[in-house]
Amino acid sequence: MTFANMLNITSNAALSVLIWIVLFLLALYFARRPFHKVIMSFSKIIRNALRLTAASVLSAEKRLVLRNREVLMAAGLENSERIVEREFDRISAAVTRDLDGYPNVHRQLSELIVKLDEDYNNSADVPPSLPNWMPIIESIAKIEHSGDSMVANMLAEINRSLTEQNKKAIEDYRNSTAARHGILNKMMPFWRKVERSLDGIANSITNIKKRAKTVDRCMNDYEKIRAGSDKAACALSTSALTQFAIAGLVLLIAIGGAVINFNLIALPMSEMVGGASYIGPFKTSDVAGLVIILVELTMGLFLMESLRITRLFPIIGAMDDKLRHRMIIITFTLLAILAGVESALAFMRDRIAHDMEVLRQTLAGAEQMGMTPSIIPTVGQMVLGFILPFALAFVAIPLEMFVTSSRTVLGAGAAWLLRMLAFLLRLLGNIGFYAGRFIVNVYDLAIFPAIWLEGIILASKGKKMALAEGEIPEEDSKLAEEAVDSYEETIQIKEHQE
Amino acid sequence: MKKLFALAVVICLLIAGCTDTKSRSTGVYMLLDTSGTYAVELKKAQKILNYLLGVLAPGDTLAVARIDTGSFSEKDIIAKVTFDERPSVANNQKRAFMQQVETFVTTVKGSPYTDISGGILQAIEYLNEAESGKKYILIFSDLKEELAKGYKRDIPFQLPDYNVIALNVTKLRGDNIDPKEYLARLEDWRGKVEKGGGDWGMINDLERLDNIFAN
Repeated sequence: MTFANMLNITSNAALSVLIWIVLFLLALYFARRPFHKVIMSFSKIIRNALRLTAASVLSAEKRLVLRNREVLMAAGLENSERIVEREFDRISAAVTRDLDGYPNVHRQLSELIVKLDEDYNNSADVPPSLPNWMPIIESIAKIEHSGDSMVANMLAEINRSLTEQNKKAIEDYRNSTAARHGILNKMMPFWRKVERSLDGIANSITNIKKRAKTVDRCMNDYEKIRAGSDKAACALSTSALTQFAIAGLVLLIAIGGAVINFNLIALPMSEMVGGASYIGPFKTSDVAGLVIILVELTMGLFLMESLRITRLFPIIGAMDDKLRHRMIIITFTLLAILAGVESALAFMRDRIAHDMEVLRQTLAGAEQMGMTPSIIPTVGQMVLGFILPFALAFVAIPLEMFVTSSRTVLGAGAAWLLRMLAFLLRLLGNIGFYAGRFIVNVYDLAIFPAIWLEGIILASKGKKMALAEGEIPEEDSKLAEEAVDSYEETIQIKEHQE
Repeated sequence: MKKLFALAVVICLLIAGCTDTKSRSTGVYMLLDTSGTYAVELKKAQKILNYLLGVLAPGDTLAVARIDTGSFSEKDIIAKVTFDERPSVANNQKRAFMQQVETFVTTVKGSPYTDISGGILQAIEYLNEAESGKKYILIFSDLKEELAKGYKRDIPFQLPDYNVIALNVTKLRGDNIDPKEYLARLEDWRGKVEKGGGDWGMINDLERLDNIFAN
């Protein structure tokens, strides 16, 4: 039936249209309940499916958060163990050093004390006294004589002898005192030596005390991490983020250095491996230059591992010291050789660049300048070529930091993405449900004359009729209530996340 | 030991598999018109050649040939070189090449006829042998072909993967009177080249030589 035929069911076109509208509204009115059910069940399917998916995603996110926490704690424990181990190593080294020297110090102190004792005893010697017969002579000298010249002479002689003896005794006493003072003066350096030795011992003990305090602090941290406290987790997470940012920045700088290094050696490499062959889409000379830089980085990495500065390869750190020392020497030698090669390549690069410049000037018809090229850029490039490999060797440190911290950061990022996905799924589920309700309402709006008539007819029969808005089946209303996520459920999920 | 040998063989095969066998070198064959009045333009050709020497890299091929009465001949090749893979050696080759061109330009004598088609055929033959990845034939001429009696050049060109570029196509006196002649001449050459599967181009402004390798 064409549209023209439809308008011709009566002689009047307007009447025909009106009849069609009425019929159409009637059809819609009778189809109203099934339509409502279809739409509402469809929206319910969407909502429930998306909510189920969101719950699954949240569960995955929860597991991921737990796993992240475990990894973070394990990394924190390892780090703490490393610090404690290092502190113990230092204490051990200090104790070994001091105790090794202690017998020597003890012997020195004993010798010094014996010497001091002797000196003390020597300094305490009684000064020489006058002879015992002196009072007798003194008594005789005091005898008065009666003018006998012989007696007078004898007494004078005795008096003179006595005076001389007195003078000698005083002189001996002075000498003896001076000698004792000399001995006491000589004791001073020994006292100082003793003081220094005792100071050294005191410093060693203080140092060990400080180390012990550090170990205590580290052990406290270690215990906190082992206990799995939230504070420790928060601190470790923040630390990982900071490390990630810093290591990333340093790695970017290192990449800049590697690019400069590459530019230094790419051109001269074409002189060695040819400038016209390709590996895939890349020039062989470029690939060779890149390989040299990567080998340097690898050597640097192994050197740092051998020195136990980094721990990316536990097998290297676990080697016995003799083997490890050999590895240090080998990697360092290889690094030095590569640095030398790079320096030579940098020199060659300068020569080639100069030759090319001269050729270009010749081709351009420019007159050749008689000036000889400065040696400074050449030397600069050579020095740069020699230093950069050693500088790049230290990339191992930020690289290790980056690798270890990136696990935490990526885990946290993935957890955040999962949370966002769950939120989006729940949002879409709710939008789907309310879209169904919206369609139902629009449907009712389209057939409002029929609903209005129904209301009038039912009212006239004295029956209570619910308004069109209230005609949604009870289960629909319940459904509508369920569409909103319960607060308790959200809180429960959040608690799990935390 | 056998396992190690097998591993080494596998690694070698992998490396060989990664190696790109497709040639990435550039081959340039430049034809210089030495007929009549055009011979005086050769100084410009020398500048173009200097430009080419500056931009061509190790491994590339360059040849210069003259267009005279019968150009389909190796004898007309003035200088040819495939640059060494080492830049320092390639630079020396470029210097020697420049010297050869200089000698030619100063001693050239004009030819009575202009066999451009023969020159192109010779260029195709040479560049096919050189197995260059990108092939360029540069024609430094006014594109007015004049064949001597008895010379036949009605062979279609086989120019797939070729770029044929006309350089410094000067206008003849007749062209000034009737530009249609000039345009018809250009169209004729374009048709020949494109019929052979090649790409046609023209550069009259020698300040825009970088357009040669734009494709």
